[in-house]
Amino acid sequence: MSSTSVDQGAVLERPPRGSKPLNYLNISHGLRSWLLTVDHKRIGILYLISVTLFFFLGGAMAVGIRLELASPQGDLLAAETYNKLFTMHGVVMVFFFLIPSIPAVFGNFLVPMMIGARDVAFPKLNLLSWYVFITGGTLTLIAMVAGGVDTGWTFYAPYSTTYANGWVVLTGVGIFITGFSSILTGLNFIVTIHKMRAPGLTWFKLPLFIWSHYATALIMILGTPVIAITVLLVAVERLFRIGIFDPALGGDPVLFQHLFWFYSHPAVYIMILPSMGVMSELVTCFSRKRVFGYKFIAFSSLAIAVLGFLVWGHHMFVSSQSIYAGMVFSVLSMLVAIPSAVKAFNWTATLYKGSVSYQAPMIYAFGFLGLFLIGGLTGLFLSTLGTDVHLHDTYFVVAHFHFIMVGGAIMGYLGAIHFWWPKMTGRMYSEGWARFAALVIFIGFYLTFFPQFVVGYLGMPRRYHVYPEEFQILNVLSTAGASILGAGYLIPMVYLMVSLFKGKKASPNPWDAKGLEWQTPSPPPTENFPVTPVVTENPYNYPGMEDERDREADREHAPASA
Amino acid sequence: MGQQKEAATLGMWAFLVTEIMFFGGLFVGYGVYRFMYPEAFHFGSHELDIQLGAFNTGVLIASSLTMALAVRAAQTSKKKLLIIFLAATFVLGAIFLGVKVVEYSSKWDHHLVPGSHFQRPEGAPVQLQVFFAFYFMMTGMHALHMIIGAGLMIWVLYGAVKNRYHSNYYAPVEMFGLYWHFVDIVWIFLFPLLYLIGRH
Ligand code: HEM
Ligand SMILES: [Cu+2]
Repeated sequence: MSSTSVDQGAVLERPPRGSKPLNYLNISHGLRSWLLTVDHKRIGILYLISVTLFFFLGGAMAVGIRLELASPQGDLLAAETYNKLFTMHGVVMVFFFLIPSIPAVFGNFLVPMMIGARDVAFPKLNLLSWYVFITGGTLTLIAMVAGGVDTGWTFYAPYSTTYANGWVVLTGVGIFITGFSSILTGLNFIVTIHKMRAPGLTWFKLPLFIWSHYATALIMILGTPVIAITVLLVAVERLFRIGIFDPALGGDPVLFQHLFWFYSHPAVYIMILPSMGVMSELVTCFSRKRVFGYKFIAFSSLAIAVLGFLVWGHHMFVSSQSIYAGMVFSVLSMLVAIPSAVKAFNWTATLYKGSVSYQAPMIYAFGFLGLFLIGGLTGLFLSTLGTDVHLHDTYFVVAHFHFIMVGGAIMGYLGAIHFWWPKMTGRMYSEGWARFAALVIFIGFYLTFFPQFVVGYLGMPRRYHVYPEEFQILNVLSTAGASILGAGYLIPMVYLMVSLFKGKKASPNPWDAKGLEWQTPSPPPTENFPVTPVVTENPYNYPGMEDERDREADREHAPASA
Repeated sequence: MGQQKEAATLGMWAFLVTEIMFFGGLFVGYGVYRFMYPEAFHFGSHELDIQLGAFNTGVLIASSLTMALAVRAAQTSKKKLLIIFLAATFVLGAIFLGVKVVEYSSKWDHHLVPGSHFQRPEGAPVQLQVFFAFYFMMTGMHALHMIIGAGLMIWVLYGAVKNRYHSNYYAPVEMFGLYWHFVDIVWIFLFPLLYLIGRH
């Protein structure tokens, strides 16, 4: 594919062939140089390693859950062990994998590169955020080893404050501390995006990945402190019985749910928005066509961030919330689906008349589209008051959020890994294996979670380790799917590792993509760009735009690029 | 340098927004319960020492003034004044915390600290403990911020003694000032909410 666009400034300087060019990976060696690094790219790699560990830990717990559910009797695990397993699975996956996954790994790596900056605004805070993350993670792990928690990842009071056995406080402290790493990351992104853009890079020339990370960062700094104070209140209540959530003393356990979901609903957008940002990059690149409706996608990210704060009550339709509040939250929840749908439509429209190629990252992107669609649409079932009374706390809800958080967010995460792996490591992986893994993951995922919609609709409640015989077939299907899915997640581990040693050397721009990050060597030098780039073009100036509408859009953008 | 200062300022404001959300959770809880249990909250505010509260409010406002003067001194490269004003701010902060200790210990003596030690006074509503739970969480979190502020102040003061700040470089003083004013403003809300409303 020959690129017809002018390059975005004089950044294509490459060191002469033969001599080993210095890059961020080989510029210094040893553990110390990594643990004390303030290079955003290295910090991204540190996060990559840590969240991968958490992912497989959380995955191992899921294996236990699914094995137990293969039979209707509680034969493999005691009820209490089962409760602990699903709690810790949720805690690890949500707070230690999904929330940091794309922002802390790819956001850290790419935000400065995509805006032509040398680093984030506060590199030392960036490193601090990783240490904070590791400290919080370690404390939570200690809590798990010491005996675990069984409250569910939602920590509902008064269960968590009064009745639960286990290490609620220590787990809470772990989550509290980890929250600060989110806040620091969010702060860094906001300031970086505001203040460090390369000359000429106006807001509407930013890649959509940046817009989605900006929206994510807003949620991080606005939402995370609320969960921090909430967890703190739970801990204090549990330790001293001060009465804030204890009905016997006049406290109100439902207040906990309000505070918790005020953060945790927006938090689900912390998990999905970055993935949507990845999608925008993948879909345009592999359609060789400018993204359709750039401004719509950009603003829908902000709309999601804002609306996401107004819908928390949809988790409490049956928790004694007033019916009128329920109606308002129901309508607002449906509104939130609009910007999500805007994105999905725009990506689909981008494919239209594009020259679509099916390289591995794109297959993950297709996986995202298919799974997110179902996850999002079933959200509408749940936000409809009447149906939610039937579906609340059933496997339908479990399937809903797994379709989005595992189907959507992790597909996006894997798409990102495959797309930017050559940039991060300087190596190409085996394309064949990568496509194969994407397929296995998609099939395994579907088989795992689709039956859960059905079994939930039929009335199987979540969070029990025994269930009526008639649900067994669907549960066995789900467990079988989980085995395939598990295998699917392991395959990339293997070929990506192999690629590090045996992979072909990657060129600076193996996908012929348009972002600034592709205009510098792979792997990039520590300072990212030998010369600060000057941006004169719109993003996504792919050749496949000889289309009336695109040309119109081009004219529309023209004054801004003067 | 200019860009760095702009970045630091934006970062600081964003951080303060985070802080507002953090305290916001407590304020919302306070609002909800005050609405649910007006008598308990009336009763509770009568148990607080309004004189000490008012005195502390004055102390904090004064410390905001000295802090603002410290920033001004840094901007105009007046090293001696900077040190004096920072030290004054520190002393005022310490007075505030000292008074808080006196208040807390008297609550303890009267068995008003929530938990197993708590004893409801004659005729008090059941939910009095909820009022005190909020009193201690809110003022406690505020005091924690003051303590952290005092720690940071020592660091800023050290920089001032080492002559690091002058009219071209005073961002740390200014950023710290923003933080200090924020903590003061939180108290400006806490004082009426906890001590004044519900008193006749
Ligand atoms: C497209 C718009 C969405 C709508 C209208 C929606 C609606 C809902 C509703 C009404 C519930 C409550 C169901 C119940 O407990 O009875 C729910 C649960 C949930 N949703 Fe969504 N949702 C949407 C998107 C998302 C996204 C993007 C994510 C994650 C990335 C997500 C993750 C979750 C989770 C984790 C739960 C369950 C939490 C729990 O109880 O453990 N949702 N959703
Ligand atoms: Cu929600």
